[in-house]
Amino acid sequence: MGIFPFLVVAWIVVVGLYGIVTSRDLINQIMCLIVVQSSTYVLLLGVGYVTGGAAPYFSDIPLRTKAVDPVVQALALTDVVVEAAVTALLLSFAIQAYKRFGTLDPHELAEFKG
Amino acid sequence: MTPGQRRWFFLIAAAGLVACYLWAFAGLPGFGDYPGPYGQEVLRQAVRQTHATGVVSAVNFEYRGFDTVGEEFILFAAAAGMSVVLRRLRQERESEPAGEAANQAGGAATPATSSAMRVPALLMVGPTALIGWWLASHAQTDPSGGFQGGVILASAFILIYLSGEFLAFRRLSPVALLDAVEAVGAAGFAAIGLAALVMNLPYLDNYLPLGQFPGAVSSSGTIALISFFVGLEVAAAFVLIVGEFLSQTLLRRRSA
Repeated sequence: MGIFPFLVVAWIVVVGLYGIVTSRDLINQIMCLIVVQSSTYVLLLGVGYVTGGAAPYFSDIPLRTKAVDPVVQALALTDVVVEAAVTALLLSFAIQAYKRFGTLDPHELAEFKG
Repeated sequence: MTPGQRRWFFLIAAAGLVACYLWAFAGLPGFGDYPGPYGQEVLRQAVRQTHATGVVSAVNFEYRGFDTVGEEFILFAAAAGMSVVLRRLRQERESEPAGEAANQAGGAATPATSSAMRVPALLMVGPTALIGWWLASHAQTDPSGGFQGGVILASAFILIYLSGEFLAFRRLSPVALLDAVEAVGAAGFAAIGLAALVMNLPYLDNYLPLGQFPGAVSSSGTIALISFFVGLEVAAAFVLIVGEFLSQTLLRRRSA
């Protein structure tokens, strides 16, 4: 069990990268980038997990309850927000690329200049 | 390079990457016994220090508050960047949504939204807005906060669009108002921090009364207030971003 969550992280990264490399469509490629990024959520939450720990919210559990690390959870939240921002910006670039060149295929787009 | 060659290059590189990953993971502490002292220290101190029972919010808006200011401005910059990238180009003009049917008379006309879509979407608008508002104002007590609440608040507006009311979506979310709300949200967060400086305290220090009871909605001082401003900023930014994409569908090339 010890290393299994981290193997999942590696799997998500490699699958996402494979998608980015082989994709023939910009929108699909952006989705693959989201897959790569989502590996960081699994990594952060996996790193901060404490066996038997509760969620770090003490509104209905006693103060001394063992809980998982709240700092990596806050980092994961930051991660989600940044991903949303990056995705929105990339999608708008894809729209402009399609308007300008009439294609979303990254291989064809590479042949255009300017 | 042919796609086949690309794939082979990638597979070789990926094998190396996986090897490095496994090497790195072997050195990590095992799953479930994370020794990080900082998180455990925060768990011990946070509720007593901030009167917030949601420790993740306490980390976000208090201990790492300065990072969160930056995070909020990333979203702010992304929304601004999108409006620049998706600005109207010279040869484009905006078609009237009302005249859409006439425009497409020759091609495939957009079918009207069915009531199976329209009615549930409209029914969901109120509850969605309520949940969003609740989340944005309960960061200090429960697993919620301005970021989560803001996104859900924004989706209430997007439901209006889903129900086929693009004009209502536009009317309820005018860009000038959204810009103002977004600016107020972003500036509010920064101003709360600056107010601490005026009082001769460190930036983003929690100078408001913490409230009597940890876990009460009125507790935790600046954490609750910051979360609320973040909620405003995020909701406005997301409605702006989605609206920006939606208005792209109204652009028609003059030559076409």
